[in-house]
Amino acid sequence: MPARSPALPRRAAPAIPAGLRREQLLELYHYVRLTRSLEERLANLYRQGKVIGGLFRSLGQEADSVGSAYALDRSAGDFLSPLIRNLGSMLVQGAEPLAILRQYMAKAASPSRGRELNIHFGDLEKGYIGQISHLGDMVPVMAGVTLSFKMRGERRVGLVYVGDGAMSTGTFHEGINFAAVQRLPLVVVAEQNGYAYSTPVRKQTAVERLVDKAAAYGVHGDSADGNDLLAVYAVTKRAVDRARAGEGVTLVELRTYRRKGHAEHDDQSYVPEEELAYWARNDPVDAYRRQLEESGWAGPEELLAAEARIDEELDRAVALAEAEPFPEPESALDGVCAGPPAAERPWYRGRGG
Amino acid sequence: MAEVTYLEALRQGLREEMRRDERVFILGEDVGAYGGAFKVTEGFYEEFGEARVIDTPISEAAIVGAAAGAAHMGLRPVAEMQFIDFISCAYDMLTNYVATARYRAGLPTPIVVRGPCGGYVRGGPFHSQNPEAAFLHTPGLKIVCPATARDAKGLIKAAIRDDDPVLYFEHKFLYRRIKEALPEDGDLLTPIGKARIAREGRDLSIITYSAMVWKALEAAEILEREDGLAVEVLDLRTLVPMDDDAIVATVEKTNKVMIVHEDTRTGGVAGEIAARINERAFEWLDGPVLRVTAADVPLPYAPTLEDYVLPQTADVVAVARRLAAY
Ligand SMILES: Cc1ncc(C[n+]2csc(CCOP(=O)(O)OP(=O)(O)O)c2C)c(N)n1
Repeated sequence: MPARSPALPRRAAPAIPAGLRREQLLELYHYVRLTRSLEERLANLYRQGKVIGGLFRSLGQEADSVGSAYALDRSAGDFLSPLIRNLGSMLVQGAEPLAILRQYMAKAASPSRGRELNIHFGDLEKGYIGQISHLGDMVPVMAGVTLSFKMRGERRVGLVYVGDGAMSTGTFHEGINFAAVQRLPLVVVAEQNGYAYSTPVRKQTAVERLVDKAAAYGVHGDSADGNDLLAVYAVTKRAVDRARAGEGVTLVELRTYRRKGHAEHDDQSYVPEEELAYWARNDPVDAYRRQLEESGWAGPEELLAAEARIDEELDRAVALAEAEPFPEPESALDGVCAGPPAAERPWYRGRGG
Repeated sequence: MAEVTYLEALRQGLREEMRRDERVFILGEDVGAYGGAFKVTEGFYEEFGEARVIDTPISEAAIVGAAAGAAHMGLRPVAEMQFIDFISCAYDMLTNYVATARYRAGLPTPIVVRGPCGGYVRGGPFHSQNPEAAFLHTPGLKIVCPATARDAKGLIKAAIRDDDPVLYFEHKFLYRRIKEALPEDGDLLTPIGKARIAREGRDLSIITYSAMVWKALEAAEILEREDGLAVEVLDLRTLVPMDDDAIVATVEKTNKVMIVHEDTRTGGVAGEIAARINERAFEWLDGPVLRVTAADVPLPYAPTLEDYVLPQTADVVAVARRLAAY
């Protein structure tokens, strides 16, 4: 393992914002870079047919996932529920790249044992609950998770992600309203990334800004540039602090951009070229890296070393996951209910499928 | 006669009805400029304009509810569910509002709700469902499940012209995998409520619908080749109203019948069909009515698991052999 570069910048570095420490800045860099690199590996595996289902990229949105999840306090038992593009949030919350790779490749050792796709999985110990496809459903579920915090008098906070599209569902509305009335310690992060599949935001909602909806629910609203990692952290941290202090729900709008299609199959023919070019210049990972160097918060060697560590970890994880088997066919029958432990085997099937 | 895929046949049917009747319009997520997640409505936005091809917010209850309201007022809406799995978000609208509207209030509600159903595509638990049983149980909704390109076209046209709400479940596995030569002019309509004999036989009958018709036909070939059995395959095409006459006729003909569907077993459509046979043709049976269905679990993602859970041709063959032995 390469040693951390001890060299401190010559000129006095500007103060680190949002109460963060220098090690935390490096940790944040680790997570955004890991998110980017892991997705690049997944895209390769997808092209080789090894990712069985669809691949949903968060290219250009890594800062919004990572910065917001980082504002939670894992040691306090804070909880989150991601959406399809919040790979970075899962990583911050302790999901391992190997688990993600196994899940995408439908391997027996994947967290869902091959039953579910992509990042649809949870871990109650680590503090995240996997989403289902039906958009909006996790908002009421996270209202229930945070209701349990309130009922037990625990100072824990929950965070749930929705997109500009998911906010049009009935379950979003019912869930945030329920949480608002109960003054639950819930942060609802609304990611405005320009499109829901092919549908632009103006066809999704008539409000100017997603955060305008906060008023309708009587909750606090706040927003930030979703491509500015430290601004994302700061705005979410304020919302988390409010929730922990018993001040109820905050709706946080993060404005970012989905630089790939809805999933890898989508060629984005509906997106203007200039728009893509603009946002490619506004890359959040590059911007953060530059900010770290230019502010003197991190030296080039330590950033390179961090990147090398990620590459090594991913090399190992990809090789391991690729070599693993699919689940045993008959294991499909286990665990629909706590009891009986397995569904009935079709009588016309021999043992072992 | 040009060869068209199941998907193109559906598209043709929709397009012809929109050209024929200006009351027909389409609403759904990404159906407009994008042409739909599976491109069923590709080119419609350009031809019919955004007033008749409406991109909606992600709000299935509003899509179905708004379709119902527009239908009361004399329009003929066709609502797309991006995947049929999301029809559950409109369950209240469909079962409480739409299904009861005529009976309760004399309100005509001629809507079509259509979308891709079915598995064998590694879509996992939320992009593979077959929701027909949930709606079969609700009086007031018609349900059609085309298995062929001809019926994909004929049933969408009939559904749009029908005066009742029709759920049209199109199988995504079939979209681009099957092709058929269809006449280019003339009105190709498949009557709602009429089954079709997909293959004639006298030794036993397989009653089925949607993508399972193809598994049944494959099994019938194997059974003929290896066992010398003449298997009849009845493609129901419509689940509600069910073609009882066709069901009884095939039972009377072969005296042995099995039912194949892709949906899970308990509370599935096969149970209803078996009960009807029991009531109407019990004395014609020379063996039990047997089922081949998915196992009673949410549909898993991994290929090994999905293949285990869903019915396979070998299952149909095995059950047919057991039945033939009676
Ligand atoms: C209730 C429901 N309807 C439709 C879909 C199909 N669908 C999956 S993702 C998506 C777009 C989501 O957009 P948004 O919430 O803005 O998230 P983004 O993809 O932009 O991150 C749609 C329509 C779904 N998953 N759930």
